[in-house]
Amino acid sequence: MMKKINTLLYTMLQGIKNIFRNKWFSLASVATIAACLFLFGAFYAVVANFQHIVNKIQEEVYITVFFVEGTSQERMEEIHQMIDSREEVSKTEFRSADYEWEIFSSESLKGHAESFTENPLEGMDNVRAYMKDVSKQEDLVTYIQSIPDVDHVNQSLVLANTLTGVNGLVSYVFVGIIVILLIVSVFLISNTVSIGISVRSEEINIMKYIGATDFFVRAPFVLEGMIIGLVGAGIPLVVIYNAYNRLSEYVVDRFPMLSDILNFLPVEDVFLFLTPVSLAVGIGIGFFGSMSTVRKHLDV
Amino acid sequence: MTKRKLLKLQKQQDFIEEKGIIYLDNVTKSYSTGSPAINGITLSIYRGEFVFIVGDSGSGKSTLIRLLLRELTATGGHAYVMGQDLAQIKHRNIPKFRRNLGVVFQDFRLLNDRNVYENVAFAQRVVEMTNRDIRRNVPSMLATVGLAGKYKAKTTQLSGGEQQRVALARALVNNPSILLADEPTGNLDPHNSWEIMGLLEEINERGTTVVVVTHNREIVNAMKKRVVAMKKGIIVSDMEEGVYNDEED
Repeated sequence: MMKKINTLLYTMLQGIKNIFRNKWFSLASVATIAACLFLFGAFYAVVANFQHIVNKIQEEVYITVFFVEGTSQERMEEIHQMIDSREEVSKTEFRSADYEWEIFSSESLKGHAESFTENPLEGMDNVRAYMKDVSKQEDLVTYIQSIPDVDHVNQSLVLANTLTGVNGLVSYVFVGIIVILLIVSVFLISNTVSIGISVRSEEINIMKYIGATDFFVRAPFVLEGMIIGLVGAGIPLVVIYNAYNRLSEYVVDRFPMLSDILNFLPVEDVFLFLTPVSLAVGIGIGFFGSMSTVRKHLDV
Repeated sequence: MTKRKLLKLQKQQDFIEEKGIIYLDNVTKSYSTGSPAINGITLSIYRGEFVFIVGDSGSGKSTLIRLLLRELTATGGHAYVMGQDLAQIKHRNIPKFRRNLGVVFQDFRLLNDRNVYENVAFAQRVVEMTNRDIRRNVPSMLATVGLAGKYKAKTTQLSGGEQQRVALARALVNNPSILLADEPTGNLDPHNSWEIMGLLEEINERGTTVVVVTHNREIVNAMKKRVVAMKKGIIVSDMEEGVYNDEED
């Protein structure tokens, strides 16, 4: 048992030493992994923010439901609940005629409202329904129009359709580019790891002639690959984290008028996906790349 | 040790005594193209022997060494080393088998990113020696090959002769029963060649079976050991205290 532990510790130590023994290969591998994953990470951050902005705009899209004149307060509340319970609705808001007049007069009439003795918007009680997904707006409107006591529904089909189109385009194009970037990264990284090991095939041969087991030969290479992958993935994560924070602060400070549109996703949200994926790609390729390349040279 | 294992071991010992520590029984090795590299050779090498295998390029000497190392498998006949049929050794058991053999090559095949001590210690690591044993055995083996003072040197800083000594120390540190040397003096000057041969003889006198593949006529003829001459994949002569004749080249 003690011998096995000794061997394990030795192979691990060799894996770490190998990184320094082959420092040029290690540097080249780390640089390739870092460059690939930096591109991937930076692009992902842009895509995530773009989608976040589109989602934010979607959240502001609402339809307005008006009732048939004379509909009782209870019935309006009942219809409000029916709309609120719909899956495609994110939130609803009941706006009475008095509330609508108060808002309108304070925003648009500014001091001239006193001349009105009665509420000109009488009978304009309504429910605003905000969408979770604007692509389902038409279905919701069809449903609401079928409810008795609903007079009509106001909606902006053009906005809904535009947002649905943009969202679809973003999903397909950006996801496609991210997948391509990821595939290119996997290819480049595994090639670098593979070349680095292939030039050391002589070393593997020598170990095998001496009587080293496959594990004994492979373990240091695999650990070396994993450490290189970890460092290569860690560097772009640190760079992107800092750059993202600085850039978002800079844009908000420098262009305050854009703050309503450029609503940056919190860095934690971006890294919730980016960290595990980058580390998995880096360490995973380091592991599988070295494992499979060493295997090719083990048959001695 | 179980009774079954003891019996197996006894059987192996009996086989070695009778047939030799290396026994080739009508062994052929063919590649997919061309004529066989080894063509039906039968050879017994007994425990403690010192044997030269001589012959020109393409005679099958290197293929023979690679067969004995179980790097290649025979396409015909049976090859036995230490009583084990090489064809029956499973892939996962090859490392364990190779630990019975020491091997030295013409081009030394050292781990050039490590120093002398680490190269020799590596062979001990492979067989899972404790650090304490390694610290005891490696300096002692380096002293045997005359490199006690150079244990910290990088192998690239050593002369050819010194590099071959490191290779020899690495091959011997685990006390193998057989030492296979493939052209051990091929890259050395006459002085260093004689020193290496002297070491091999010394090792043989301690009981290790030594098989040397060589082109070096002068050394073969001077040492008066058993000489097995090969030509085009077959054994053309096998002489005790033999010589390396012109007609065999």
